[in-house]
Amino acid sequence: MSKERIKIAPEMFDIMPEEYQDLVERATYGNEHRGWKDIGTSKELIEEHSLCAGCPESMAFRYILASLPAPEDTVMVGSTGCTSLVFPHVGVHNIHSLFGNQNAIASGLKRALSVRFPGRVKDVVVLAGDGATVDIGLDMTLQAWFRQEKFTTICFDNELYANTGGQESGLMQKGFVAKMAPVGKTFEKVKLPEIARESGCHYVVNCTVSKPNLVEKVIKNAIHVAREIGPTYLQLYTPCILEIGKNSMEGLQEMRDSEKPTERFAYKEYVSDQAKELLTELAAKEKERKAALKKQLAGQA
Amino acid sequence: MSTMYQVLRGPEHFLPPAAASMGIRLPDPGQAHIHGKIVNEDEAMEVAARQFLSAKVPTIFPGPLVLWAWNEKAAGKATAIRHLYETIKECVTPSQQAMLIPMPDYRPKYPKINPEIEINPNHPNLTIWHNKIDTCMFVGVHCHQANLSLKIIRGGTYCYTIAMCAQAGHEDAMVSFRDATADKIRKLADWVKKLKGSVEPPKDD
Ligand SMILES: Cc1ncc(C[n+]2csc(CCOP(=O)(O)OP(=O)(O)O)c2C)c(N)n1
Ligand code: SF4
Ligand SMILES: [Mg+2]
Repeated sequence: MSKERIKIAPEMFDIMPEEYQDLVERATYGNEHRGWKDIGTSKELIEEHSLCAGCPESMAFRYILASLPAPEDTVMVGSTGCTSLVFPHVGVHNIHSLFGNQNAIASGLKRALSVRFPGRVKDVVVLAGDGATVDIGLDMTLQAWFRQEKFTTICFDNELYANTGGQESGLMQKGFVAKMAPVGKTFEKVKLPEIARESGCHYVVNCTVSKPNLVEKVIKNAIHVAREIGPTYLQLYTPCILEIGKNSMEGLQEMRDSEKPTERFAYKEYVSDQAKELLTELAAKEKERKAALKKQLAGQA
Repeated sequence: MSTMYQVLRGPEHFLPPAAASMGIRLPDPGQAHIHGKIVNEDEAMEVAARQFLSAKVPTIFPGPLVLWAWNEKAAGKATAIRHLYETIKECVTPSQQAMLIPMPDYRPKYPKINPEIEINPNHPNLTIWHNKIDTCMFVGVHCHQANLSLKIIRGGTYCYTIAMCAQAGHEDAMVSFRDATADKIRKLADWVKKLKGSVEPPKDD
């Protein structure tokens, strides 16, 4: 999908729907410094989506897609749930897996890609709901981490099964009552970030998607660590406004309220020593690049 | 079989059978099929050209294999397809409207595609109904998606279907070529030019 690799045939350009012309002309494929700030000035890799109006998952999708370091060389693996309905509108290769199987599919895919494209970096990114990650797919999630598979797992944690009308999930808070879980949850929210750390993930973050620059940072870190070292895990709070009875414009505030220091989505991060070393190296390189750029701009002025 | 199944204009019914399951077989190299009957390629060229010239809305549906310039061969086919489209446009009367509508994507789109400017294999009938297309040619569409579309079109519309297939042809089209190349597409344009004026244009309803 990189611009160099794919061009619309000139004789067909004028008949192509505008969004395809834009993807070739104005998307940020091939730009290794792409990020959330491109939103609004370039073609985003997501078209109209099928989520509820104001669903924070849509913000999360936009920030994540803007932050992938190499979307033209990335394959995303999804699972059934609200997220799966978005993937048909996404300008990144993606595979829909049977509910819960996403980390098994991603393991095979990552290995196959490294055999098929030796010497080329291919990123695999799983993006699934909490039901898929923690309940029905927990076996596949954990086994991939135990085996040190080199890909990133992202869980859109909305603390219930949203797509099927609000059933209890392992990541639901204790005591929470949902439309299809009327008794209220009787046990604590599963501590998956801690489990991820103990299972061998080298970079783990638990946060909300209220701040685009933070989402960009954690996505890039997670993908770079997965490329070089081993599994990484991001648990992102994307509240289901429909199931918790909020209005379309209240999703952002819900996330802000839940990320306060004493709340369950207060920023939490685990980084292995190996990953720390790599991230320090990458940060130094980025600093150097920015300084050189500044110098160059000053010279031009 | 004396009562051999024929691949004819629809609407056949909601779920028409796959033509292959009705005994229709694919042509060998140098051949084509018309309504399921194996013929030599020139015979099919003439039938396809006549079909374009007698249609109210003769349309070409190019798919991803020719919409993107993957390699020189694909780019060459795109040039030939544009040439065929321009030729049809020149050779029909002002009451006929030639169209070139892409199938850029196979994924179902929400809330739906814009049937005026694109066609999708999961519901090709929307584009055909919207633009009142009565003859179409598929080219550069992957086999599975072409088969799916051709069956849906035969099931639910009156549209006459032609397949310019780069592989072994399509049983589910009313006319199917195989081993499509840029030259073969240009040859079809030559047939359209040659038959210009000799085919009666469609009558107004
Ligand atoms: C194997 C299988 N079991 C059950 C289902 C039904 N199902 C569809 S979506 C869903 C819940 C999804 O919940 P989650 O993963 O949290 O995603 P969300 O919709 O909340 O984003 C379930 C159980 C299914 N599609 N496949
Ligand atoms: S049901 Fe909830 S999670 Fe799903 S799209 Fe609607 S608001 Fe978002
Ligand atoms: Mg969920």
